[in-house]
Amino acid sequence: MIVEIKTVKGSGVPLRGNDIDTDRIIPARFLKCVTFDGLGENAFADDIAALKEKGEEHPFRMPVYQNGSILVSNSNFGCGSSREHAPQALVRWGIKAIVAESYSEIFFGNCVSLGVPCFKIDHKGAEKLLTAIEANPSQEIELSIENKTLTMGDLKLNLILADGPRGQFMDGSWNARAGLLVNADKVAEKAKSLPYINNFAE
Amino acid sequence: MGQNLYHKLYDSHVVGQLPSGQDQLFIGLHMCHEVTSPQAFAMLRENGLKVAYPERTFTTVDHIIPTTIEARQRPLQDKISEEMFTHIEKNSAENGITFFGPEKGQQGVIHVVMPEQGVTQPGMTIACGDSHTATHGAFGAIAFGIGTSQVADVLATQTMAASKLKVRKIEFTGKMKKGVYAKDVALAYINKLGVQGGVGYAYEFCGEMIENMSMEERMTICNMAIEGGARCGYINPDQTTYDYLKDLPYSPKGDAWDRAVAYWNSIASDADAEFDDIVIIDGADIDPYVTWGITPAQSVKIDEKLPAITSFDESEHLVLSEAYEYMGFKEGQDIKGVDIDVCFIGSCTNGRISDFEIAADILKGKKIASGIRAIAVPGSQQMQKEAEAKGLDKIFTDAGFEWRQAGCSMCLAMNPDKLKGREIAASTSNRNFKGRQGSTTGRTLLMSPAMVAVAALEGKVADIREYL
Repeated sequence: MIVEIKTVKGSGVPLRGNDIDTDRIIPARFLKCVTFDGLGENAFADDIAALKEKGEEHPFRMPVYQNGSILVSNSNFGCGSSREHAPQALVRWGIKAIVAESYSEIFFGNCVSLGVPCFKIDHKGAEKLLTAIEANPSQEIELSIENKTLTMGDLKLNLILADGPRGQFMDGSWNARAGLLVNADKVAEKAKSLPYINNFAE
Repeated sequence: MGQNLYHKLYDSHVVGQLPSGQDQLFIGLHMCHEVTSPQAFAMLRENGLKVAYPERTFTTVDHIIPTTIEARQRPLQDKISEEMFTHIEKNSAENGITFFGPEKGQQGVIHVVMPEQGVTQPGMTIACGDSHTATHGAFGAIAFGIGTSQVADVLATQTMAASKLKVRKIEFTGKMKKGVYAKDVALAYINKLGVQGGVGYAYEFCGEMIENMSMEERMTICNMAIEGGARCGYINPDQTTYDYLKDLPYSPKGDAWDRAVAYWNSIASDADAEFDDIVIIDGADIDPYVTWGITPAQSVKIDEKLPAITSFDESEHLVLSEAYEYMGFKEGQDIKGVDIDVCFIGSCTNGRISDFEIAADILKGKKIASGIRAIAVPGSQQMQKEAEAKGLDKIFTDAGFEWRQAGCSMCLAMNPDKLKGREIAASTSNRNFKGRQGSTTGRTLLMSPAMVAVAALEGKVADIREYL
């Protein structure tokens, strides 16, 4: 099934910090599973517990953000492990798109395969957006994949999304598998052309 | 201008362009472990798809397998672990995929097992649902981690959607100083270039220092590329590579070997190859490193003081204060002399025979400090056998270490090996992220196996150079 993603609308969830790694998004003990079901409730489990101990609350637990679907963060978001469990946990929590200063590549790619646009924004823009969401948690944000823009009331920001993934969301080819499967003959030809395929037999 | 290895291999593995503008990249070798693959096999079943090239996928079990003989008895005590173990066995068998299992004595950390079997070879594109797949770049391959949806893509088509990376050449000049090991070299380039420095890049590691390294050392260097943000790192294949591969179970034999070497020589970066960026790191500047924070770039040389937050760019201040708060350390304090609770030698970074030989040399005839919990965990069953034949297990146990069975163990603690509470571990693994070693408040100091061995002896962070 082809699903085109052209806009994402929803309220924001602000998550300040650089280098928020996949072990924090979903700690390793929750990787003990054979399905992705149920990962959402354990997103950021350890950060949530650590903050609770200090009498503070993590945005993923704050009542005002419970309906949020657009995650906003700073740089190198999703670094570390290749675990798709991380974006799966975010999606199952309710996240539909992410806006951050930068991403680790594997995380970004995993998000594309799940139909979750990850926009880049400059540092100033990220700070403006985080502050705006904190001031007005329920206000709707509209992300346009086509125009690479964010609108939140009067706040309008330009976002960055490379043409490759942007096109994939727009035409529904973010789910790559169908496009890969149709080329089976070409793949077989490619395999034949590689000398190591038969362990260098003549 | 000539071409570098990354461009040569990428281009020769492109099947065609996808409508999205991305490339359809052929994956020469695919590896699966039990954590990131069960959902991928399920995706195939749900869509009525078959594994397209079962002979090009190899599997093992490493993350969840316990490392004591008693706890490894099947069924595993932990029900979900047993279920994951059963899934990888069953998915392999049903699809005609070779499973390197414990019954055959071939099990171990996936990035240790595949090279020692000769499955990993130069000139391949290699993918696995595990970010430390970068390790295999040590052989002169493009090797990178992928997510589970892409694991399903590779299983179903032996290809995936990809885009070409930029390539940064990192040249290490000079020699490693006494007391400096491959792990220190890895921590040094991450310290210099940062955990985000490699995003968008493949790293080519080269220079005199790399040329003089063994394959095991090269694997340590490439293994940590992802910690520097680079999805893959590689080293051009040379005689050291070929000597390592000769006569391994899956290596080409006879005339095929000569054809293989000719191909492998042809894929190395040309002398006049172009790069998008070049960095030179002088061996004279590399000393034993220890991480003190919550990212692998937050490290200092053993005789340095922990840095002032204000000495970094303002955008880094938040993560630095977070690190100080989590670790319970203070700016300006020494790392040397910090008390430790646990020592861990093992993992896909430093779980190979030479790592244990280096540590055993230091531990021989000595006892570790009282109150220290120390475990030595072989990277594979085959390596374990080799170590035991050399009597290394005895050296470790005599010193007060536990000698375990092969697995990922305390690197990420998806098995019974975990830190407790706020314990501090001196660890040869690759990540010092918050909670990484199984306790939500546990602390990890990354260092070389030699540095972990001296830390075990003293019960605190120590300087290996005082022992040489």
